[in-house]
Amino acid sequence: MKGKLWRSGWRTIIFIACVLALFIVGTAVAGGTLRIACMGEPASLDPHKVTSQWENDVIGDMFVGLTTEDPKTNAVPGVAESWTVSQDGKTYTFKLRKSTWSDGTPLTAHDFVYSLQRILKPETAAEYASLLYAIEGAEAVNTGKAAEDALAVKAIDNYTLEIKLTGPAPYFIQLLTHYTAYPVPRHIIEKFGKDWTKPEHIAVNGPFKLVVWLPNTHIKMTRNDKYYDAASVNLDNLVFYTQEDRAAVQKRFRAGEIDVARDFSSDQIDWLRTNLPKETHIAPFVGAYYYPINCSITPFSDVRVRKALSMSINREAIVDKVLKTGELAAYSLVPPGVSHYEHPAEVTWKDVPYAARIKQARALLAEAGFTADKPLLLTLKYNTSENHKRIAVAVASMWKQIGVKTELYNAEAKVHYADLKQADFQVARAGWVADYNDAQNFLYLLETRTGPLNYSRYSNPAYDELMLKAEVTFDLDRRGELMHQAEALAMVDQPLIPIYHYVSKNLVAQNVVGFADNSKDIHRWRYVTLK
Amino acid sequence: MLIYAVRRLGSAIPTLLIIVTIAFFMMRLAPGGPFDREKQLSPEIEANILKAYNLDKPLYRQYLDYLGNIVHGDFGPSYKYLDFTVTDLIVAGFPVSLRLGLSAILLAVILGVTAGTIAALKQNTTFDYLIMGLAMTGIAIPNFVMAPMLALIFGVYLSLLPVAGWGGGALRYQILPVVTLALPQIAYIARMTRGSMVETMHSNFIRTARAKGLAEHVVVLRHALKGGLLPVVSYLGPATAAVITGSVVIESIFDVPGIGRYFVTGALNRDYPVVMGVVIFYAVLIIALNLMVDLVYGFLDPRVKVE
Repeated sequence: MKGKLWRSGWRTIIFIACVLALFIVGTAVAGGTLRIACMGEPASLDPHKVTSQWENDVIGDMFVGLTTEDPKTNAVPGVAESWTVSQDGKTYTFKLRKSTWSDGTPLTAHDFVYSLQRILKPETAAEYASLLYAIEGAEAVNTGKAAEDALAVKAIDNYTLEIKLTGPAPYFIQLLTHYTAYPVPRHIIEKFGKDWTKPEHIAVNGPFKLVVWLPNTHIKMTRNDKYYDAASVNLDNLVFYTQEDRAAVQKRFRAGEIDVARDFSSDQIDWLRTNLPKETHIAPFVGAYYYPINCSITPFSDVRVRKALSMSINREAIVDKVLKTGELAAYSLVPPGVSHYEHPAEVTWKDVPYAARIKQARALLAEAGFTADKPLLLTLKYNTSENHKRIAVAVASMWKQIGVKTELYNAEAKVHYADLKQADFQVARAGWVADYNDAQNFLYLLETRTGPLNYSRYSNPAYDELMLKAEVTFDLDRRGELMHQAEALAMVDQPLIPIYHYVSKNLVAQNVVGFADNSKDIHRWRYVTLK
Repeated sequence: MLIYAVRRLGSAIPTLLIIVTIAFFMMRLAPGGPFDREKQLSPEIEANILKAYNLDKPLYRQYLDYLGNIVHGDFGPSYKYLDFTVTDLIVAGFPVSLRLGLSAILLAVILGVTAGTIAALKQNTTFDYLIMGLAMTGIAIPNFVMAPMLALIFGVYLSLLPVAGWGGGALRYQILPVVTLALPQIAYIARMTRGSMVETMHSNFIRTARAKGLAEHVVVLRHALKGGLLPVVSYLGPATAAVITGSVVIESIFDVPGIGRYFVTGALNRDYPVVMGVVIFYAVLIIALNLMVDLVYGFLDPRVKVE
């Protein structure tokens, strides 16, 4: 009797458990919705107010500029169907296609005039406006020295736009793919002001339209059928999760809750390579990790000290043993493979064996007056992060070999950057990611006129002169040569110590097709299909 | 009791003023401002931005403006989440934190008090040691260890529950965060209940109750529990406030959109209005909850007269 009751009891329990389990497991993802972990909450969805990589992921498919990216991030026609350039390279005339905003309002050349004026107006307080300074009048408008109509962007007629530059800027067509040059809907902004980006008000001209934005939860977008190329877009919806904890995002990816994760923690690389090899994407990235040295204070104004510090770092050890994600050891500031700048200028001692470099470094320090009794003491500053710490510790131990006593000092990002800005450091960690694929975007960091962004306060008239000449050289290869000469000068002087060049890290589920690795790590979801 | 409550609320206002002032000036003392980044801004652009946010005015002026605004309920814009005001963020985040926190505390009270009471009744038996041992583990294992562990087991390996996310508050998304939040509280409450119940069970009025011939469960539930719960009630006030305003760790690991994260990210971003907003919010919550605790105390313990 008891046995029989027990069995039927068990069956009921198992039945209930199964029902509960089914209930809890939940439904799988519906075909046509791509779920992306973009690794950060956007500061805004207004293209004139954003500055970071993860915002680019979100807004880059809501708006399309004069030119846009193809899957490999080459610049291709966007709203502009075609364009012509004047002989001196300073005047661009764009012919726009006939297209509309998502609410049906026509998109014309006047929208671009409005948008470029808006981002440069001082009241907009756009942090990234300086990217557009290649346009004549832009700097004057942005610094309040001229009214917005001084900007050399004119609508010749509804579908013809003319832009004049301060000088030939060979990277200009590339530059126009950047979100600072996106059109924004004047009719919406004038009506709703700051609230124009709310889902119930916003109008877009790109492949996807905002539907929901719950701060710190998710952003949902759905396809915009009024996009001029809507026929080629495969996905129905996009969902962005803004969680920043990389370990948790990786778990969600493993559990199948996320299709694309736009970063993962470097220390996971071995596990990922073993367990998720097809999903782990690593590609070279136009970014440099370097240690600026404050050239305006002693003893760091002495080039021998700087050279010794740089020579004694074993970059291969850092890349292979500390980072292990395929980063490239850097002997130049500019990463390799930049447009018209295939091979950057590297330090002359790159191929000297490490042991010999240590000896030379010691000799240099001795020449500069440092001995065992009077060692070089320095403070190395970095912003708090596990990877920065590991690299700093490794570098400090390498410097110990040449008799340098290093104190490590870490601070959170805001404090660290404030210190760099005020030249309140001896040696510090810095990183730079290119805004556009051009060597000038790296090399201008060492020009005297750059000011606070030139953290090392490096000032070399010969360098400045070469860069100025390059700015007005229209022949892209000749321009590359001039910049190469400048970089070579800097690599002799070592105002900064290049450490490594970045890689981009992504986790992409196997059923996601159309995600192409590229050096800018820009991925437009309009090209993606879910198998 | 009403007069007492009103008096307490009245004295809360100067307290809040002091908190606001200290927080305001302490925030500004930290080096670095909201707009310092890796890519430096040119001085003109930075000046524009500071002007747009009224950060170029002298500090005392900013302080007075701020006080004037909050009296009208305007807590200002966020410097980081540019499309939202502080009120938007708190209004969006608080219900989530509230739901999570209350569920966790409720779970903790039910399980903790039950476990603690049984342990007290079966004092010094295996059951008692087992409960107290587990409680110790619950207190000792930090939540940033427990959370990923549970997510891994239930989310990745067993695929029973989602690894993270809030899903609009659906039940299955709440289970792991609530349990993780509740575990240390269950532990504390169990230990506290046990200790206080052991003491209460030995007191005179319990002996009287037994002598009167009352059934054991009546003695425990109707008489001993009221007195035994006093320390737990005192603990619950600030504990509920802390749990409701959310654990940054839980929110970050489980991607729960509460307001806990604003404490930390606000400070790191130098997002002054957000930090001030959550500080004021937290202060008001603690004051309210402490008041509630004192009132409940008066109800539970007849020896305490709320004057």
